Amino acid sequence: MREITLSQAVNEALAEEMRRDETVFIIGEDVAEAGTPFKVLSGLVEEFGTARVVDTPIAEPGFMGIAVGAAMTGSRPVVDLMFGDFIFLIMDQLCNQAAKTHYMSGGKLSVPLVLRTNLGATRRSAAQHSQSLHALVAHIPGLKVALPSSAYEAKGLMKTAIRDNNPVVIFEDKLMYQEKAGVPDEEYLIPFGVANVKREGTDITLIATSSMVQVAEKAAEILAAEGISAEVIDPRTIVPLDEAALIKSVKKTSRAIVIDEGHQSYGVTSEIASRLNEKAFYHLDAPVLRMGAMDVPVPFSPALEDLTVPTPEGVAANARKLVAGEMLDGEMIHAA
Amino acid sequence: MSTSKTKNSAQASAKHNAEDFLRMYRQMVRIRTFEDNANQLYLSAKMPGLTHMYSGEEAVAVGICEALRVTDKITSTHRGHGHCVAKGAEFKEMFCELLGKEEGYCRGKGGSMHIADQSNGNLGANAIVGGSMGIATGAAFTAKLLGKDDVTVCFFGDGATAQGLMYEVMNMAALWNLPIIYACENNGYSEYTKTAEIAAGSITGRAEAFGIEAHTVDGQDVLAVNSLTEQLVERCRKGEGPFFMELMTYRYHGHHVGDINREYYRSKDEEKDWRENKDPITQFARHLTSEGIATEEELEAMQAEIKADATAAVEYALKAKYPDASEVDMHVYAA
Repeated sequence: MREITLSQAVNEALAEEMRRDETVFIIGEDVAEAGTPFKVLSGLVEEFGTARVVDTPIAEPGFMGIAVGAAMTGSRPVVDLMFGDFIFLIMDQLCNQAAKTHYMSGGKLSVPLVLRTNLGATRRSAAQHSQSLHALVAHIPGLKVALPSSAYEAKGLMKTAIRDNNPVVIFEDKLMYQEKAGVPDEEYLIPFGVANVKREGTDITLIATSSMVQVAEKAAEILAAEGISAEVIDPRTIVPLDEAALIKSVKKTSRAIVIDEGHQSYGVTSEIASRLNEKAFYHLDAPVLRMGAMDVPVPFSPALEDLTVPTPEGVAANARKLVAGEMLDGEMIHAA
Repeated sequence: MSTSKTKNSAQASAKHNAEDFLRMYRQMVRIRTFEDNANQLYLSAKMPGLTHMYSGEEAVAVGICEALRVTDKITSTHRGHGHCVAKGAEFKEMFCELLGKEEGYCRGKGGSMHIADQSNGNLGANAIVGGSMGIATGAAFTAKLLGKDDVTVCFFGDGATAQGLMYEVMNMAALWNLPIIYACENNGYSEYTKTAEIAAGSITGRAEAFGIEAHTVDGQDVLAVNSLTEQLVERCRKGEGPFFMELMTYRYHGHHVGDINREYYRSKDEEKDWRENKDPITQFARHLTSEGIATEEELEAMQAEIKADATAAVEYALKAKYPDASEVDMHVYAA
């Protein structure tokens, strides 16, 4: 299979869907000739023109609002939000308007819109360009949330998102744009709500999202060398969430760590851990652990920033403890 | 900026026939009657929540919507019953919606502040002040993208001119020549505060700063509003949009139905003056009778007929079914 970068995969998905459906258009800052600062969209304006690859002023709420109205009236906008951190600027349009329109209208109006944005720290971009804010939107009923973990997922999830009749937010990890993965030549879509077992194992389940899937896979390698068999599962979409697949895996391994780059408190890791506790409690040999980003604004200094996100070594260390029957503080889980 | 009052009325008189005039009158009376009934439902505790009355502003919604086709779009506001009626909605489905009933336009899930009627191009009321400005501009974007000649009217109040979103989307609408009319209903009050206290400079001047042609019009004169809108709609269809209208009007009730003691922000004399001397329905009735288009008796008969329609719709809605509990998690996502 050929290998292409995540950036090329997204570009291909958009081009294919724009060829297939003339109501699809891209709107955002510097999306046309500039092709975005990450060059993800390069070449699209040459093929589709400025009427469908629409450069906007720096006005996130404005172009997000325009996309909502366009989606309500027969277009399929793909909104390009340059940094995930800017999602705070568009919260009313995304959460009060796009997310609720279908419900508030009793099912008469719908908002088939894709919001493309990104997440991920360790790019030395400091606190306002490094956040992973997907939990904020996953909290709002009416939105779907996809977290591609490689070029393969990025393409298949994007195509599904564009054809979905709901507002879908896709967070790409901005450190992964140049990473390659196998992507078939022929067309494929990845359905929402179907988790992917990246690696099978029997001792512990590592549930990981986005770039944390790689962290989990590396942790699994470390653990394998020590004789611990870790299963790695990528939910691919957190709304809808393939709860059944996660529960099935945990029932098999009896232990789980949930790894996600959003802040740990009140985050994706908390939600998934809670569901496992509610639905697989009697199958667990250890508490489900959460490993998210530290609850601090992302610091600029490399010496500090690298401390804030989960690492393969950190995941392996925690997994080792759980498998040995220890709590993180060293207490034994089954102590009398 | 142009002030298009008597001149436009005269032009309109020449253009419209009696049937159009009587339909405009009927629609204004329908709005007033709807609101009187909605207010009663609130005061008698038969309506859940609260609502914002459009009474006094009828000439704005009717003058504008009568210049639109059914395929043209509008976005509405929390004070939206007038827009909804004027764009073609029926009493029965509207009262059902206000009472949270299954047969409401939104199956009771939206209520007064979210009433939408997509079959007539009403993309919905919005409970966020200024919240629909992006949606309206996006509807106009679709028309341009897909090569349709639909026009969108974005209704909003003077209070919403303080929202930043308005300036972002007007900028883009002007850059891209979108077929949209921004219709600012200036009723003099931003909730419980005089507009003069929240709006610096000129409201139309803000649109003009983007190169958008802006008009101020007497919002109590339905013919003036209709005539100006017809011209602007026609020009929008030819790709000359966007446009901006500031419609000078007045709301008879408080910010919402529960805002009863409001003398701390406006006087009863002021309210009385608007009701007695500037009422859009009374003024238009005078015009219709003086021009020989209708007699007072005919207009009274029309009012009585509309009143009976509204009473029947209210009775129907009061007895109508609430949505089944199984609907609570229905329509969160579209299929």
